[in-house]
Amino acid sequence: MNDLSLKKTIYTPDSSLASPGRMLREMFTDLVAARELAWRLAVRDIQAQYRQAFLGILWAFILPLANTFAWIFLNSSGVVKIADTVLPYPVYVFTGTMLWAIFMDALNAPLQQANAAKGMLSKLNFPREALVVSGIYQTLFNASIKIVLLFGALLFMGIMPGSHLLLFPFGVVSLILVGTSLGLLITPIGMLYTDIGRALPLLMQFLMYVTPIVFPMPKEGLASILFSFNPLTPIILTTRDWLTGLSPGHLNYFVVVNIAAVALLLVVWVIFRLAMPILIERMSA
Amino acid sequence: MSDTLVKVEGISKKFCRSLKKSLWYGMQDLGNEMIGKRHGGNGELRTDEFWAVNDVSFELKRGECLGLIGSNGAGKSTLLKMLNGLIKPDTGRITMHGRVGALIELGAGFNPILSGRENIYVNGSVLGFTKEEIDRKIDAIIDFSEIEEFIDSPVQSYSSGMKLRLGFAVAAQMEPDVLLIDEVLAVGDVGFRAKCFNAIYNLMGKAAVIFVAHSMPQISRICSDILVINHGECAFQGKEISKGIDHYYTHFAAEKEWIGGSGKAVIHSIKLESGDEVKRGIEIVEYLNRLIIHIDSEIDKEVKNPNISVIIVNSELQNVAQCSSFMNGKRFNNTGKRSHISLNLGKINLNPGRYSIGITITDENRGEVLVKHQNIKSFLVKAEHIGFAPIQILGSWMEE
Repeated sequence: MNDLSLKKTIYTPDSSLASPGRMLREMFTDLVAARELAWRLAVRDIQAQYRQAFLGILWAFILPLANTFAWIFLNSSGVVKIADTVLPYPVYVFTGTMLWAIFMDALNAPLQQANAAKGMLSKLNFPREALVVSGIYQTLFNASIKIVLLFGALLFMGIMPGSHLLLFPFGVVSLILVGTSLGLLITPIGMLYTDIGRALPLLMQFLMYVTPIVFPMPKEGLASILFSFNPLTPIILTTRDWLTGLSPGHLNYFVVVNIAAVALLLVVWVIFRLAMPILIERMSA
Repeated sequence: MSDTLVKVEGISKKFCRSLKKSLWYGMQDLGNEMIGKRHGGNGELRTDEFWAVNDVSFELKRGECLGLIGSNGAGKSTLLKMLNGLIKPDTGRITMHGRVGALIELGAGFNPILSGRENIYVNGSVLGFTKEEIDRKIDAIIDFSEIEEFIDSPVQSYSSGMKLRLGFAVAAQMEPDVLLIDEVLAVGDVGFRAKCFNAIYNLMGKAAVIFVAHSMPQISRICSDILVINHGECAFQGKEISKGIDHYYTHFAAEKEWIGGSGKAVIHSIKLESGDEVKRGIEIVEYLNRLIIHIDSEIDKEVKNPNISVIIVNSELQNVAQCSSFMNGKRFNNTGKRSHISLNLGKINLNPGRYSIGITITDENRGEVLVKHQNIKSFLVKAEHIGFAPIQILGSWMEE
């Protein structure tokens, strides 16, 4: 008789969707099994990244910082006419670009992690969730550096965050949640076709300009519709409001987007799992 | 009842020759997977597809070792990938019991910037060890790798051999129930290679092993079963290792002949003779039968003292035997005319397998290579059994 304590693994051509109960069980056991590896991979990447860079952790915010200065310059010199914001414009654009950078980190992480681990994926069987979780850890690490800088800058500019600040972590979490869901959504196709990786920065550039990052919410016209329809708008606005002590005005939409993001994350997680063996086959064939 | 750990039932895998189509089929497969359809359709091939693995079945118990052999591209790695759960089979079913360990890729996850010690933790995690397990084993790992001196230096300063040592040292700590091994992994210099094999043997004792091998002596030394794959199909399967190896060699087209030298000598043809009946042009020599080589050659008449040297090379390109007329004290009377020379090598006690013959004619006075043929002819040594050393001596045994 076979020792019953031994784990039994079966591979067949059948889609895992054919037995959803087993699939769900496997998803969560793999997620638990992935924790340690994810942590190890995140530590590896963070250490390696900063050990080899002279500027070290400065790189976590140099880009949004440069972006901020560019827009402050454009606005103050009158090159671009930007409508008035409730907050002083430098605060508005700095908080906006920093929060946007956190979102972008989260969005890029899954595809980046999966592509970087292609060699490992096609040779070894480890819980694939580790790559996604490791990406989230790294995003969180980079976000915490940005947030420390944000606080410093806000205090310096005389903005006193109120009691709403306690809710700010939820804002950051939802930025990362939405970013990860969208990022994981494009990962399977992005691993197969490099077009996705190339088109993404273009698309995100456009998306940034229809989100209240550097421009305030427009009052009328097509832009106004685009801005208010954009699901990233309530996330950015609410998080920024919590950070700067304003009371958020888009809380309902914020909750709706978060619920949708959780649902999307579950769906794309399933797709990611289903896709992995197929992708590995096409990568190494 | 026995402890069957691996059960493979009729698995197949399709691959695609064209990249564009392959990617597109990947998208289709993804779509099918998501609507719950089974992978691989009903077993029909789409344009440009072929069977990389076709209908392979076997079973393996703990302590058994299946040797997987086949030429490059025969489907060995694909089979291994399916067993490891990296890719899905298109037909069939694989059932595995227990922890599956794969000695396929060494040093997975290594980051060149980090130190050897840090990378042990990364690589260990990828292989499924917990931090506590690695803490416990790290001394053994460093000890095994023999690079203690450099363990805190960044891995990018390591030589490729050192990286592989470190990778193997971590992998050798696995305690799998089912072990998948690619033999190319026994790496490094001679001493370390021996160490690798010892480590592999230790793992093998406690597991069901699937061993992709490239050296036939290794197979006959450690495997209990053999599976020969040719173009994805199972060409031979069973417990008779020597028969399997025989089968494998029949799939190998002989290497092309290679000719060099100054051209002052020409070998027109060569024939082999063996067995009791005088029959020319044989390719198979029964173990312990005599082998006679007939050489039809022409040597420039300037050459007063030619030396003919015959070299026998095994399938791993090792020179296993040599016969030189000069060493044998034979002097030829060279007239510059075409002549026939026969060389009786006596009873052939080579280990069964495929061998090729090389012939070199040199001018002993001047040390000039007149003509050199590699792979001029090949032959198969056949016997009931097969050993793992190049020479199988016929000894006379006595009980005293």
